Amino acid sequence: MTLSAFLFQAINGLSTASGLFFIAAGLSLIFGVTRIVNIAHGSLYMLGTYIAYSLAMKIGGAVGFWGGIVLTALIVGAIGALIEVVLLRRIYRAPELFQLLATFALVLVINDATLWLWGPEDLLGPRAPGLAGAVEIFGRRLPSYDLFLIVIAPAALIVLHFALAKTRFGRLMRAATQDREMVGALGVNQAVLFTSVFALGAMLAGLGGALQVAREPANLATDLAVIGDAFVVVVVGGMGSISGAYLAAIIIAEVKALCIAIGVVDLGFMSVNFSKFTLVAEFIVMAIVLIARPYGLLGKPQGNVRSVAEPENPIRPATPMLKMLGAVILVLLLALPLMAQTSPYLLVLGTDVLIAVIFATSLHFIMGPGGMHSFGHAAYFGLGAYGAALLMKLAGLPMLAALLAAPLVALIGALLFGWFAVRLSGVYLAMLTLAFAQIVWALVFQWEGFTGGSNGVIGVWPAAPFDKSGAYFLLALACAVAAILLLRRFLFAPFGYAMRAGRDSPLRAEAIGIDVKRIHWLGFAIAGCVCGIAGGLFAFAKGSISPEAISVTRSIDGLVMVLLGGIQTLVGPVVGASVYAVLQDTVMRQTEYWRALLGVIILVLVLAFPQGIAGALSSLTRKLGRKSGGAA
Amino acid sequence: MRAQAYLYSLAFVLAAGLSVPAFAQDTIKIGELNSYKAQPAFLDPYKKGMDLALEEINSKGGVNGKKLELIIRDDGGNPGEAVRVAEELVTREGVVALSGTFLSNIGLAVANFAGQKKVFFLASEPLTDKITWAEGNKYTYRLRATTYMQTAMLMPAAIAAHAKRWALVYPNYEYGQSAVATFKEMIKKAQPDVEFVTEQATPLGKLDAGAVAQAIDDAKPDAIFNVLFGGDLAKFVREGNTRGVFKNRTVVSLLSGEPEYLDPLGAETPVGWTVTGYPWDKIKTPEHVAFLTAYQKKYSDYPRLGSIVGYTTIKSLAAGLAKTKALDADSMVEAFKGLYVQSPFGPFQYRASDHQATMGAYVGKLALEKGKGTMDDFKYVDGASVLPSDAEVAKLRPAGAN
Amino acid sequence: MSVLSVRSLSKTFGGVHAVNEVSFDIGKGEFLALIGPNGAGKSTTFNMINGQLAPDAGDILIGDKSICGLAPRDIWRLGVGRTFQVAATFGSMTVVENVQMALISHAGRILSLWRPAASLYRERALELLAQVGMADAADRPSRELAYGDVKRIELAIALANDPQLLLMDEPTAGMAPRERNDLIKLVKTLVIERGISVLFTEHSMDVVFSYADRIIVLARGRLIADGDAAAIRDNAKVREVYFGTGKTFQEASS
Repeated sequence: MTLSAFLFQAINGLSTASGLFFIAAGLSLIFGVTRIVNIAHGSLYMLGTYIAYSLAMKIGGAVGFWGGIVLTALIVGAIGALIEVVLLRRIYRAPELFQLLATFALVLVINDATLWLWGPEDLLGPRAPGLAGAVEIFGRRLPSYDLFLIVIAPAALIVLHFALAKTRFGRLMRAATQDREMVGALGVNQAVLFTSVFALGAMLAGLGGALQVAREPANLATDLAVIGDAFVVVVVGGMGSISGAYLAAIIIAEVKALCIAIGVVDLGFMSVNFSKFTLVAEFIVMAIVLIARPYGLLGKPQGNVRSVAEPENPIRPATPMLKMLGAVILVLLLALPLMAQTSPYLLVLGTDVLIAVIFATSLHFIMGPGGMHSFGHAAYFGLGAYGAALLMKLAGLPMLAALLAAPLVALIGALLFGWFAVRLSGVYLAMLTLAFAQIVWALVFQWEGFTGGSNGVIGVWPAAPFDKSGAYFLLALACAVAAILLLRRFLFAPFGYAMRAGRDSPLRAEAIGIDVKRIHWLGFAIAGCVCGIAGGLFAFAKGSISPEAISVTRSIDGLVMVLLGGIQTLVGPVVGASVYAVLQDTVMRQTEYWRALLGVIILVLVLAFPQGIAGALSSLTRKLGRKSGGAA
Repeated sequence: MRAQAYLYSLAFVLAAGLSVPAFAQDTIKIGELNSYKAQPAFLDPYKKGMDLALEEINSKGGVNGKKLELIIRDDGGNPGEAVRVAEELVTREGVVALSGTFLSNIGLAVANFAGQKKVFFLASEPLTDKITWAEGNKYTYRLRATTYMQTAMLMPAAIAAHAKRWALVYPNYEYGQSAVATFKEMIKKAQPDVEFVTEQATPLGKLDAGAVAQAIDDAKPDAIFNVLFGGDLAKFVREGNTRGVFKNRTVVSLLSGEPEYLDPLGAETPVGWTVTGYPWDKIKTPEHVAFLTAYQKKYSDYPRLGSIVGYTTIKSLAAGLAKTKALDADSMVEAFKGLYVQSPFGPFQYRASDHQATMGAYVGKLALEKGKGTMDDFKYVDGASVLPSDAEVAKLRPAGAN
Repeated sequence: MSVLSVRSLSKTFGGVHAVNEVSFDIGKGEFLALIGPNGAGKSTTFNMINGQLAPDAGDILIGDKSICGLAPRDIWRLGVGRTFQVAATFGSMTVVENVQMALISHAGRILSLWRPAASLYRERALELLAQVGMADAADRPSRELAYGDVKRIELAIALANDPQLLLMDEPTAGMAPRERNDLIKLVKTLVIERGISVLFTEHSMDVVFSYADRIIVLARGRLIADGDAAAIRDNAKVREVYFGTGKTFQEASS
């Protein structure tokens, strides 16, 4: 490999960084001001590519292409404004992170809408008029359009930078990024500010997507493919920092280009194919950056965000009525295998629901009372599942022993990752957990000899008597009940109180002798350990396990379940997981456009129950209780 | 009182689970599960192909006097979900056979499920060799020509190129990995002095096309073996064209002649690549013309390869069901042993030895006609001609898989 | 022996001496006020004593043990209670649970996973609440309380580990004048009963001059005066620091 080849790859990296920059800049602005984790940002980017494609094809020529790109940015910006006004504005007062649920629903809806409008086939746009060819650099041909991309990103950075520094709107945005309440106090119309910021962020995403139209086809998988990278760039650069986003985009694109340039290296005892690292390079970069610089490269520590939501109520032990209802439900569930004579599928679905319940309850344990928003809880699910599967397949452990070992494998992972994660807070913690999950995923994906690579481990079926679905259901039920009661017990014990104390006021907690980081670390480990049980049960329920079990999608599923149920109640995750698992199963069966349907249902639930389903029910009963209490 | 919330959802679970549809006795139910949402480009035409076959069969009175009924489910694009959907189809819908799946890992998971629960499964599209070989089982058959077969079909062209320096580019998962492994093994056997100058394993759907194209060019290969498909392929081709990567180089490429992946390339189509694929507008065999006419009449659209696979999946199942009168899985397994099926690609057989269909594929060169990609100079390669002998595959399959 | 000794304490932020060679002592049972105009270094001094900041030079002793470099929670374990300028309680807990947490921590049972926390040390917590006059609010969520009441809860929490020293950063900030007096009167009674020493910063000169046993004054990071109320009131340097800015003591308290 020559030096000129390396330099040329560095130039390639710069052009790739441009696309990353646009989507990340928009995401960063939106998060900075509104604190919304906008998962639908990748969908806006994808829409950008599709719309730009259509405009370029319909209008044609240079006008269609270049004008189309500008028009696309405006259209996507308008869509962003619409989303903010119609949807997000209604739920700003919901508990933190709840808006994530709404944007997740949007991902589903937008993806199906795109499929409906543009069809399933990839759509490759025209080459850029005027920039269709290549220029010669270092004796190699660089597409002229890449050169244009290399220039446009820093140009946009400079424009944005001045807009933020010199205009009143920009100053307000920066002020809001630092302290939202202050802006409200200054008499600024917060609604207008938020709408404008969301529109601007969406516009940047649309522009980024539109600019790709000359490089890659419009594709329905783009939304989720880019959103992960975009978050990584934002976090590495530092939330709210546009320059940071540019710097991070360049670093990540360059690291990948370097991996590709190095290719296969023979180390004598083994040969390493560096191109395979592109699978996970950005997450390794993010983990390193966050461990060294907890607020990203150019980010500043953010003032504590005082939540605008109604704070949580003190937890109360179960009332006799709740206990009785719990017992009734348990008896009903115990009787389920008898009813299953007529519909055996009930047990299969029931087992899946119970696994989801354990998964969500363990996530809620750290997310709710611990205040640690893990975006990578799938890691512990996967570690448990792979731990159990491999111990059975490779070490020949009996099924029950392997199942018992699952939480221990997850525990080891959670102890390791948690140690780093609890040193951060807020969205940085969330992203570090995501990075760890992705690293675990990549490890499992790449280590073919041990984990079976992308195929995973197959043929891990439960031993008798659990090979019957009734018995397996009861096993899962026992695990779920034990997990729920145990975690509940912990939450009522001093440990759980200490976790909440550390969340409510770290300063006060430290001032009464509580080692907050240690408590949160142990909480993280407990949650990971319990999650491992769900993973182990999953592996044996399906008879196989593959890297999807550790994917971002599963982590997001967990977040959705917890938020849907209500993060501020203890039964929230149980309700959320049950409803989501059953909903998914039912909806997937009903319609061709099941994703959109699922998205719409979630949107309805989001708007109807901004505190989650269980949260809404419990505040309703509290209100009723207060009323009748007053009358008595 | 919070527990009421849970009760509601429990009631929901029960209601959803208990709503068992009535079993109709005059139909034979087949459960089809696939990643319709995750892989729409292939599976949309696939579904159309299935529906066409179903219509043809049922308009002629069905099979054994009973109509075929297809119950289609999305597998959510992941194996865990797929296994649950498979269970649902078997236990709730009472299907007599399962068919479908696209990605290798999902195919393997469902095949394993089928083997465990003794359910007949026809894996229609997943290409991994493991489904019929290393992880093969009694209850699983597979229709589509495997990674091994398709690679073998391309070998004559690869060897004829007499290229010493090969560059390899492939999506970094089972399909790409095993295609490249097979390719390396085969070409080394034919040409021991061959050299692999670069191997680019790219994340599926997230190809960094400029850098990869450049790295291949920098390695100065004489020839390139490509396994990329879908959006990755389109990106790679455009970058490669602009950068002159394919100039004066032999390119051998898997699946690139399939309309699903070729059509998006349009005027960008890299002329001269040797590919496996489906030149739908140029195959003049009577079987194919009949299929093409019927398909275009029904949908006013041309078929993709997915249409062929979907159509033939249903035809295969109908043929198997017609051969056995019983509907249990073991009878189906017996019926499929050596089963002959008429397909738009001509007749083929399900081998008793490894449960693999011998349906072949078209191998030819990519060409550009009227701004659209097509195949030229192509021929049909029978799958039987590239499959290892019965004795060899017996060694590859686990004991008790037959 | 002094309860707290501060020896030549210094802290620099980017070349600015926030605290420069400050030394003072608190005797047992003493009610010591730390005052000074904005930017005098009060908060920095305070945060070094409570462990949130590490000093650049100098030493801080609790009894004869140096606490430099110790974390806040370790300093608390040495018998130092504290309240915050912006009152901090655990919003998701009831009032009594807030106090119970401090008691549980004091007893070293914070890692316990089994016994329900609400049943631990409830009696003792109720006693403490009674002492600050908040027994009636024991089972209300602490986030529902008025600000003045939150300050009282903080006091009960701070007393939970039987401290020998109480650090109070602006205990009356954000309170109405009547409430201020009541709170400080309460503190004074409690500390006299228990023989606790108190170091507090305060903006309100009324409060300082009427209640403090002794007052120390910081200006631009240096200790410029140390004495009782009368001495400080007449101290020329202090007058210069306050009136030099064109303010009276009253205005300076805003």
